[in-house]
Amino acid sequence: MPSTQEVELAQFGFSEPDIRRALGTIKVRDVDYADLYFESRVSESVSMEEGIVKRAAKSVSQGVGVRATAGEKTGFAYSDELSAKDLALAAETARYIANSPQGAQSLPVAGRTKPARDLYPADRPVTDIATAERVHLLNLIDAEARRYDPRIVNVMASFNMEYKRVLVATTDGLLIGDVQPLTRLQVTCIAEEKGNRQIGSFGGGGRVGFAYYEEENRYAHYAREAARQAILNLSAVEAPAGVMPVVLAGGWPGILLHEAIGHGLEADFNRRKTSAFSNLLGKRVASDVCTIVDDGTIPFRRGSLNMDDEGTPTSKTVLIEKGILRGYITDRLNARLMGIPLTGNGRRESFQSVPLPRMTNTFMLAGESEPQDILRSVKRGLYAVSFGGGQVDITNGKFVFSASEAYLIEDGRVTKPVKGATLIGSGPDILTKVSMVGHDLKLDEGIGTCGKDGQSVPVGVGLPTIKIDEITVGGTQ
Amino acid sequence: MSGTLQTTQDLSQLASDLLARAKKRGATEADVVVADGDTFSVQVRLSAVDRLTKAREKRLGLRVFIGKRSATASTSDFSGESLDRLVADTCALASAVAADDVSGLPDAPAMAKDLPDLDLYDPTVLSTDAQIELAKRAEAAAMAMDQRITNSEGADFNSASGRVVLGNSHGFLGDYRSSTFSVSVSPVATDAGSGGMQRESWYAVQRKYAKLDSPESVGQEAARRTIRRLGARKVPTTKAPVVFNQEMAGSLLSHLCSAASGYALYKGASFLIGQLGQKLAPDFVTVYDDGRMPGGLGSCPFDGEGLPTRKTTVMDRGRLASYLLDSYSGRKLGLTSTGNASRGVGEGPSVGPSNFYLVPGSKSPTDIIRSVKNGLYITELIGFGVNMVTGDYSRGAAGFWIENGELAYPVEEITIAGNLKRMFADIELIGNDLEFRGRIASPTVKIGEMTIAGN
Repeated sequence: MPSTQEVELAQFGFSEPDIRRALGTIKVRDVDYADLYFESRVSESVSMEEGIVKRAAKSVSQGVGVRATAGEKTGFAYSDELSAKDLALAAETARYIANSPQGAQSLPVAGRTKPARDLYPADRPVTDIATAERVHLLNLIDAEARRYDPRIVNVMASFNMEYKRVLVATTDGLLIGDVQPLTRLQVTCIAEEKGNRQIGSFGGGGRVGFAYYEEENRYAHYAREAARQAILNLSAVEAPAGVMPVVLAGGWPGILLHEAIGHGLEADFNRRKTSAFSNLLGKRVASDVCTIVDDGTIPFRRGSLNMDDEGTPTSKTVLIEKGILRGYITDRLNARLMGIPLTGNGRRESFQSVPLPRMTNTFMLAGESEPQDILRSVKRGLYAVSFGGGQVDITNGKFVFSASEAYLIEDGRVTKPVKGATLIGSGPDILTKVSMVGHDLKLDEGIGTCGKDGQSVPVGVGLPTIKIDEITVGGTQ
Repeated sequence: MSGTLQTTQDLSQLASDLLARAKKRGATEADVVVADGDTFSVQVRLSAVDRLTKAREKRLGLRVFIGKRSATASTSDFSGESLDRLVADTCALASAVAADDVSGLPDAPAMAKDLPDLDLYDPTVLSTDAQIELAKRAEAAAMAMDQRITNSEGADFNSASGRVVLGNSHGFLGDYRSSTFSVSVSPVATDAGSGGMQRESWYAVQRKYAKLDSPESVGQEAARRTIRRLGARKVPTTKAPVVFNQEMAGSLLSHLCSAASGYALYKGASFLIGQLGQKLAPDFVTVYDDGRMPGGLGSCPFDGEGLPTRKTTVMDRGRLASYLLDSYSGRKLGLTSTGNASRGVGEGPSVGPSNFYLVPGSKSPTDIIRSVKNGLYITELIGFGVNMVTGDYSRGAAGFWIENGELAYPVEEITIAGNLKRMFADIELIGNDLEFRGRIASPTVKIGEMTIAGN
């Protein structure tokens, strides 16, 4: 791996003695643990609409987040000034919660390390790609989508890329850094026919370089898929309302798992006993065809990381094994307080926010059913292929996710497309109604962003084709 | 906190300096936003401090035009070297995109001239311990309300203050300060019988500390709202009248606001395309957007492009009277800006509401509920099932079933569905209970009929 990928303290204008001093200031009597999180992020976006690339933006930010924990308490301060003085002031604030006299020790810091894995090697920073190349790609997308069907009246496309360098220094003696590229290409089409206007969206991305979108003509596939969905929706009929069997296609419909069980298994809610899953460890929460994992170690995926934002290596955590609830996903604070293992899920949006237990890539392992057999088994129901967003109430377990491409199933056959509808269910209960799991596990295209406590982080989901025997579908008919 | 604390004059000087540098680099027009501020937040849980956060932030954004080509860039590093790079990067980006005929700053004569003091800033500084105490009091009040309140997701107290300076190459240079204080509580209640849990939250937010509801009243209201959800069940799938409480009716208004945005309209992504002047709702439906409401959470003396803010009638007795526009989306639609440019420091302008609200009617919420024989009272909506292009609407809901004009029992795990255009046309009653808790506010609203999906 080239040395340009390494993250050094000097890049943030600090030396090891500065770090030792700051950590020494925080690590007073009652503080269990403290860390410094240095971050520098460059992001760029270009976007097109009405056939021209008219917007381009660049953003540069850097700073340090300083955190101390004492028992259940967290003291946190951050600064966008990277000076020793600002670092010391932030450290003072962070240790306020410990209510202890000022410390003056200088803590040892181990030699600089980097994560054992390299899940997203890049030979050059994504931000080195010339704007002209990105503009050209968006122009190709516009042409491809319009070529798909003359009823496509507007194409909106955007390409976003981010190059983030982070460095974590902890009172446990860890000093570890990572370089985290992230890109995303998104296409939205509007179709119009006799006053009927419809929308379709598609996109993809990951911790990948620009070339990814040209390989296998992915950009053209995105454009055609967005156009196809918009055209399809021109003929969509009203969605049904009420309880019925639903077949979910593989890939992005895995958002079901993210909302229905993923959030409920984040350690913070379970430590506080405010999750609908709080007392269900070791209990059955799904049918025995369901095994669900959170895996931050898949190369190039949007939800993957070499290390989490506390310097812990990411891992593959079994959440549900053959229907039985096996584990929670953790950050340092909650793992320590609950006495359970670190899973490498301590994530934060930026230096301006504290780490929380968050998902990485959450998916169900493949089963044995033939996808065609799954559809054939349904007399009347819904086949949902693509979704918009979802949301969950952690405490009562009720979750929703909204279909953006769905069809009626009549007598085992996929028939008419229906308008978007929200599906609602109960997290600890819904997976017990999964009766068939396909052998066709698919991960999503890489567009997911998860929001929690005001913080957004990139995530992935995945699912084979599955059948849910009954769930409430929120149509109008 | 920082030794580099700058005065408003320093920030104004910085803005002017950047505009000059951009001009030197070939920009024909430019504008600059500089923002800085202090934030403090404390979360307590079960009467102990859970998290304490304190910071000072600053950020600067530059937008340049080279002829009809434009780009924006932003940074948190105000060093000379960083700003040189920012100007060079922005100009390079602008050169790489396509020319856009309608791009550009607003016309020079239209820039805001009088910058009224809208009473947005309160210099009150509360000590760390005082703020911890306020959060503790709010949570304690919730916990003490009822034995069924068994747990807590915590209570927060937040305070923030900041400055914004906006300057452009027409010579406009404006600034204002603002502050917010807020308190929120999220209690958890347990049903003794089933063991089922419910969580709800309540909050208060104000620009002036003295106007903030007492932490006790916020905590008690949060507890009331949580307890009444216990024992919720599904209802059978049906069509029925739906009453939206203040907050949920506010979410309907927010959809109207998004659909009325000039950007959604010129892109063809709004169900309000071609509806200007059309009658979309009954005569008693009037909606305003008022950028100059004193002390308003969405008020400011000038918008994100430096144009004067104003009061716009969006819906006049059921007729769509105006879209919300900045100068770019206005030009695209052949209209003039309504002073609704909203501007994050790192982005070009887009359109956003200032204080966007539905004019109250005369019925109390109780009277509205009393008018329903069999129907639904909605207190929570979740998910994103709103299609702005078609107006198709389908969201997860929770609330209460109404029987013979009374709230009979709590309901959950249901959806409500319809179409926003038809829902606005089908508004039957508007409450007298308008309160501002954000940029968008609404009294209670009753809609004639929607599809409810449950069992």
